[in-house]
Amino acid sequence: MTAAANPPALPMSEPDGTLPARRLARFGRSAAAYLQAAPLALILGAFLLAPLAMIVAVSFWDYDFARLYPDFVLTNYIETLGSAVTWRTYLNTFKYAVIVWVLTLVIGFWVAYFLAFHVRSQTMQMVLFLVCTVPFLTSNIIRMISWIPVLGRNGLVNTALVDLGIVPAPVEWLLYSDFAVVLAMVHLYTLFMVTPIFNTLMRIDRALVEAARDAGASSLQVLTNVILPLAKPGMAIGTIFVVTLVMADFITVQVMSGGQSASVALMMRNQMSLLQYPAAAANAVVLLAIVLLLVAAILRVVDIRKEL
Amino acid sequence: MSKAAAIDIASVTKVYGSTTAVHAISLKIPAGSYCCLLGPSGCGKSTTLRMIAGHESISDGDVRLGNQVVTDLPPARRGTSMMFQSYALFPHLDVTDNVAFSLKMKGVGKQERRRRALDMLELVHMEPYAARRPAQLSGGQQQRVALARALITDPQALLLDEPLSALDPFLKVKMRAELKRLQASLGITFVHVTHSQEEAMALADLIVVMNAGRIEQAAAPRRVFEQPANAFVARFMGDHNVITGRLSSRDERGVTIAPAGGRLFSADGTPPDADEAIDIAVRTDRVRIGPASAPGLGFTGVVQNIEYRGSSVKLTVAGAGVDDFTAIVSDADFFAAPVKVGDAAPLAWNREDAIVLGRLAS
Repeated sequence: MTAAANPPALPMSEPDGTLPARRLARFGRSAAAYLQAAPLALILGAFLLAPLAMIVAVSFWDYDFARLYPDFVLTNYIETLGSAVTWRTYLNTFKYAVIVWVLTLVIGFWVAYFLAFHVRSQTMQMVLFLVCTVPFLTSNIIRMISWIPVLGRNGLVNTALVDLGIVPAPVEWLLYSDFAVVLAMVHLYTLFMVTPIFNTLMRIDRALVEAARDAGASSLQVLTNVILPLAKPGMAIGTIFVVTLVMADFITVQVMSGGQSASVALMMRNQMSLLQYPAAAANAVVLLAIVLLLVAAILRVVDIRKEL
Repeated sequence: MSKAAAIDIASVTKVYGSTTAVHAISLKIPAGSYCCLLGPSGCGKSTTLRMIAGHESISDGDVRLGNQVVTDLPPARRGTSMMFQSYALFPHLDVTDNVAFSLKMKGVGKQERRRRALDMLELVHMEPYAARRPAQLSGGQQQRVALARALITDPQALLLDEPLSALDPFLKVKMRAELKRLQASLGITFVHVTHSQEEAMALADLIVVMNAGRIEQAAAPRRVFEQPANAFVARFMGDHNVITGRLSSRDERGVTIAPAGGRLFSADGTPPDADEAIDIAVRTDRVRIGPASAPGLGFTGVVQNIEYRGSSVKLTVAGAGVDDFTAIVSDADFFAAPVKVGDAAPLAWNREDAIVLGRLAS
């Protein structure tokens, strides 16, 4: 091989001409890489990190009924964590989170399983999946409020039950109750469970199911030994979605419980409406820490990297 | 180990909607033999294997394994075990649990099934990797694990769907030898689907050449090689030149045909139907460069391509009426009197190296 045909030999033959040009090219390439990363970095910085920093800063401020005082005091945290109301509210929010998580997980898995394994044609799969998203064509609030004429004292369900003679008087716990809150949340959030699980199930090699059958597995054994373990990452992602959504929810709790139940986010909103921003900020930091811990715990249990 | 079972396929048909993938094929695979289903992609070989395994329903006909009709039995109750093309190892289980999977399904205790899985891993020399996940193994290692998983059910027949196609050429040859050794030591029936002639020749006791859902020839490798049943088999196996022409004359040994182009070619054997066009086949490796010893046993064509293959040289020659005629001559013969691309080269062969082919099934 000759020296001219050997690319690494070129800079040595022309040391002064090519080296600065190469450096410039390398700089150009790294600048291009930074430019490509810039939009997302700017958006995350301006709309996530900066507000978060603000909230953390404000949570240490002092306040009275009319004003905020930039300061560094721990009173907000002490009041938040020292109050029995906070603990009860957190407990109530966790209760919603657990019940809604279990229900959305069970329903979401079965819907996704049906879509992925029982609907054979890809067109039908896509059509049915889009049908699942139809409720999202209306706003959150409308979907929630539309439960009121269904569940109300003189609503569809109660009228039907009374007319059919199943119950003597309208059932009171259908609306403005924990039942109503959970029902609305399951309705709102199940799709967040269906989508990631469906995605995971679609990636399962169908040959694995055949291999399991070849090894003598029954349908139930295929489900418990092959499909469920492999669906875990999707379940984990869905769980993160649902848990964070429920933990941050205030409007569903307020509307569907008729103001009789509280959640952490609702408590924060009330504090904000009383202009107690530092207290709300401290509450937000605590909630954020708890949710991040929950997510970290989920990620420890299930490896979701394969899905990303 | 377990007793090998013969596989008897009786006019089995597979219909998908309006297309027929397998047309009433019948085949007897003797117990303890190594059978290769060979054919181009889409010829129905994998479907046939999957019907034997029970992963594909049988539209018509019956499959018998040993003395038992297994047509409507689920895969696990047929006494067969399948090794999948992509190995289909469970990614969430380690190697031992993958191998022990069928025992777990049967409810065998954890200690017992791990012990038996380790025994099986020893058979395929994979016990050092027992605790790894499939993703941490190379292709060849995954294949051994898949083999161990298939064998732990103690099958009477092992069904392998293109087991070597995912491996690199070097490993392919190595694993091929191991499959053969394993089959010999276990003594069970192996049915192996492949599209590689070389693989089938190297492994099989019985080669089944399939095309468009039909069996073209089912015979021992030597017979498939030396006496391909028809033009498809001859072309697919690649060791013969096929020449087609009308019958010109007969003699006591065979026939002389006249393809388009005005030449005459002689071949041994009896044509199936003298009224139709007759296919004859000429062994590529018996063709030499030189004048023909008798009329009808050679022609002169223009060299189109020359491939040096080490111990031999492959020439592609075209003459009037004969395209892509392949001649494989030894390197010594070639370099004694070399020809170049574009030269006119006389080719010749002996009478016994040209044979009459049967009609194409269809």
